[in-house]
Amino acid sequence: MKRRSLFLNTTATMGFIFLYAPMIALVVYSFNKSKLVTVWGGWSLKWYGELFRNDQIIDAALLSFKIAFISASVAVVLGTMAGFVLSRFRRFRGKMLLAGWISAPLVMPEVITGLSLLLLFVAMEGAFGWPAGRGTSTIIIAHVTFCMAYVAVIVQSRLSQLDETLEEAAMDLGAKPSSLFFLVTLPLIMPAVISGWLLSFTMSLDDLVIASFVSGPGNSTLPMVIFSKVRLGVSPEVNALATLMIAVVAIGVTAAMYQMRRQAKLLEKQG
Amino acid sequence: MSTQTGSAWVEGSGSRLAKYNIFKRLNWGRFSVIAVPMLWLAVFFFIPFLVVFKISLSETAIAVPPYTALLDWNLDEAFINLKLNLGNYLFLFEDSFYIDAYLSSIKIAAISTVLTLLIAFPIAYMIARSKPTTRALLLSLVILPFWTSFLLRVYAWMGFLKKNGLINEFLLSTGIIDQPLIMLQTDFAVYVGIVYTYLPFMVLPLYSALEKMDLTLLEAAEDLGSRPATSFFLITVPMAMPGIIAGCMLVFIPAVGEFVIPALLGGSDTLMIGRVLWDEFFLNRDWPMASAVAVVMLIVLVLPIMMIRNSQGKEEAV
Repeated sequence: MKRRSLFLNTTATMGFIFLYAPMIALVVYSFNKSKLVTVWGGWSLKWYGELFRNDQIIDAALLSFKIAFISASVAVVLGTMAGFVLSRFRRFRGKMLLAGWISAPLVMPEVITGLSLLLLFVAMEGAFGWPAGRGTSTIIIAHVTFCMAYVAVIVQSRLSQLDETLEEAAMDLGAKPSSLFFLVTLPLIMPAVISGWLLSFTMSLDDLVIASFVSGPGNSTLPMVIFSKVRLGVSPEVNALATLMIAVVAIGVTAAMYQMRRQAKLLEKQG
Repeated sequence: MSTQTGSAWVEGSGSRLAKYNIFKRLNWGRFSVIAVPMLWLAVFFFIPFLVVFKISLSETAIAVPPYTALLDWNLDEAFINLKLNLGNYLFLFEDSFYIDAYLSSIKIAAISTVLTLLIAFPIAYMIARSKPTTRALLLSLVILPFWTSFLLRVYAWMGFLKKNGLINEFLLSTGIIDQPLIMLQTDFAVYVGIVYTYLPFMVLPLYSALEKMDLTLLEAAEDLGSRPATSFFLITVPMAMPGIIAGCMLVFIPAVGEFVIPALLGGSDTLMIGRVLWDEFFLNRDWPMASAVAVVMLIVLVLPIMMIRNSQGKEEAV
């Protein structure tokens, strides 16, 4: 028994090393003075300076943040609606269809989603003159479509774990459906809604393939700029950018975990 | 998939939430909550597939947009002309390039899926059997990379696998090898990339299956004289099967259509269908051909997609 758990721990630890080693190397090499990415030339913040002087990257980053913010906000509303309908409404015609449509984007290869949306936009432009050309708005529509699927899944699973007595009590006390939702259900599922927003934001910020299909000329998002730089080889500026992004995620996740742990302790005390 | 949980919840004999039926009276509230997401998905998810199918039946043309119309009509002269062109599909099956690309994508995706399963299983097993407090920490360690950029995680491997990259430097300095290994721009790099980026998708379903397992079954088997290895294959693996299937499909399906990983880590001879579609569209500007490639890819993937929906349905029904 002892020997088996040693084997298990070793393989699992190697799995974790596999997960983290490339990212740690990326972070360390972002502080490398040398232009040659694999030669260590001493510590330096040089590439961070280069990064912030690179207008192409900065413009693309601003555009990507704008798209991610709008996409995540719209996707949260639509995805919460879909998740709510799927877990709280009685059977209605089209429920199976909605369930299928909402889960399919999760596994659909991105090249197919991107191509099909682009062809739709072109056909729509031909038929009604909208959307005129492609750019920020078409990227947002595309991102909302795949992000809302993730939000719906998260909200739905939270709703199915939720204790229904609070909602019942509100109804017994005569709450209208709208106030029942906004005053009781929504606050209860808020953690799921927030994580849905954050997930949508990061997925939108990260998307290369779909955005490449549906964007127009002059609308390069951050992943598109990174991809074109990286295709030519390893770039120290991209290392610096990656380090900043990893730092933001690490701080965010640590803060979220700390908050969750504090709440769990509070609940324990109350209980 | 949701009907089991959803309807059991609201329609269960005692559930008073069936009163959400107040919506029935004013219908507008209920109607719009259903209609808005439904309409969005119909327009931006479902109809696009019909458009792709339609365009796959047209011919390439030097025009904007670069394909011919399927339907010509002129009501004054009273003619309707429907032109269906199966040429793209015929070409797809005549030219071995496309068939090879499909087969090679399926092969690469299948091998990577098996490798991911082999690496993910010990991780999921260890997490499921650890103390509840460490469990949360280990789980978030698995999920954390998922929150960072996919593109940058693939990129991180470029620095690792290159000819003068970290792995080669390390192996050379320890004297294990005396010639740098060529790893970047090979199929091997593509396997590493897929395993690396899709690992969380495999660990999470495996973990949730293993965590639910009743450990007394293993004790019972031990008492009856079963060796650990036997119990593992006869009890643990079958019990984890729903998680194994879900995880494999979550890795396999997107891996078949993967573009970024073969484009950055693969060589010019790494043939994957996602890349073929991309080149057909962006380099050859042959939109009808790209659409035909997409339609066939979708048909190839329908079976695994149905499998994952079934396994999810079962899991929720339990």
